[in-house]
Amino acid sequence: MDKIRFATVWLAGCSGCHMSFLDLDEFLIDLADLVEVVYSPVACDLKHYPDNVDVCLVEGAVANQDNLDLLYEVRRKTRLLISFGDCAVTANVPALRNRLSESAAGVLDRGYLELADTNPQRPYAPGIVPELMERVTPLHEIVPIDIFMPGCPPSADRIRATLEPLLQGRTPTMAGREMIKFG
Amino acid sequence: MAVRTLKIDDRELAVEAGTSILEAAQEAGIPIPRLCHLEGVTPVGACRLCLVEIEGLNKLLPACVTEVGEGMVIHTQTAKLQEYRRMTVELIFAEGNHICAICVANGDCELQDVAIQVGMDHSRFPYQFPDRGIDLSHPLFAIDHNRCILCTRCVRVCDEIEGAHVWDVAQRGPDCYIVSGLNQPWGEVEACTSCGKCVDACPTGAIFKKGSTTGEKHADTAKLEFLSTAREKHQWTR
Repeated sequence: MDKIRFATVWLAGCSGCHMSFLDLDEFLIDLADLVEVVYSPVACDLKHYPDNVDVCLVEGAVANQDNLDLLYEVRRKTRLLISFGDCAVTANVPALRNRLSESAAGVLDRGYLELADTNPQRPYAPGIVPELMERVTPLHEIVPIDIFMPGCPPSADRIRATLEPLLQGRTPTMAGREMIKFG
Repeated sequence: MAVRTLKIDDRELAVEAGTSILEAAQEAGIPIPRLCHLEGVTPVGACRLCLVEIEGLNKLLPACVTEVGEGMVIHTQTAKLQEYRRMTVELIFAEGNHICAICVANGDCELQDVAIQVGMDHSRFPYQFPDRGIDLSHPLFAIDHNRCILCTRCVRVCDEIEGAHVWDVAQRGPDCYIVSGLNQPWGEVEACTSCGKCVDACPTGAIFKKGSTTGEKHADTAKLEFLSTAREKHQWTR
């Protein structure tokens, strides 16, 4: 049997969900026997998201144009997409800036002009530095999601309890404190 | 004592007239989700989580403010109710700024618990990200309106148990907020006795002790029930 083509993606998040994924410890060795990691910031060096991915964990909200483009590409090329962690599911901390009326300009002005010690300037490099979206959004407001795994971050146990049934061709039950508690 | 006989989820019950459906269910050990309900203060039916179906009525009624009636046949867990409850919780999350990861009540929050109870793994309703304020003017406590679900427990506990009536609800609809005094900063309200009952009554992390950080709030709601029982029934037990 061909190995399951597995990917993880990191959008606007702190990478804590990926750290929690690495916290799977020895299960990572079992996982490596069952899946081929085809794209991941922590387990693979490929720069472009490949075709025909079976399962993908997407960490982070959509906060800039790069996040948006990658999410569309991931959805197009992935059979089962998991919204991975609170930023992906609720937009969480990256969305704190959504309360500002001009949130993209507001957060840039604060960070790069008001708080600058020397040489205050807004980063502007079209095609290199991605433009911020006006509103940071959870994944499911943009593309259909197959499984929601909340948590900030989801514990390694929760990640394992979600992935193990999938590897055996079953759908995990996302219910109860152990599986869906936010935060 | 007049008795009413009724059925809740196929259980035959006989309870005192004037009892609410929520109390009757509670006595029978039938759990109904709730957020605004607080033992010891008047029920208001604000959160709509305890809605139940009553046969012969074409609308859902909140169990906390509906009295039992003779021959009532009540359902508390139908598919329709479960769907509505989950929608209600999703709407509460979408309406405010509830960020569990950075909240004082993370791990000890009734809103978080109810979300688990109704099986909410995400909100189908777009988050509103309202621009709400935080009042840090009180020397001991603070209120973060971003985390407020307008259950009015603080309003009722301050009015009915402490007798200070510092809190009330201002505005209408999505502009609603909990107001202190005559729309003054909390720290300037002379009526406030700094008793902290609102901190214990608050089901979320909206009202908290200053200086507490993520996951450090543990509200003692049972204390409020104890005070009310002590006063009304002269029983000092908890």
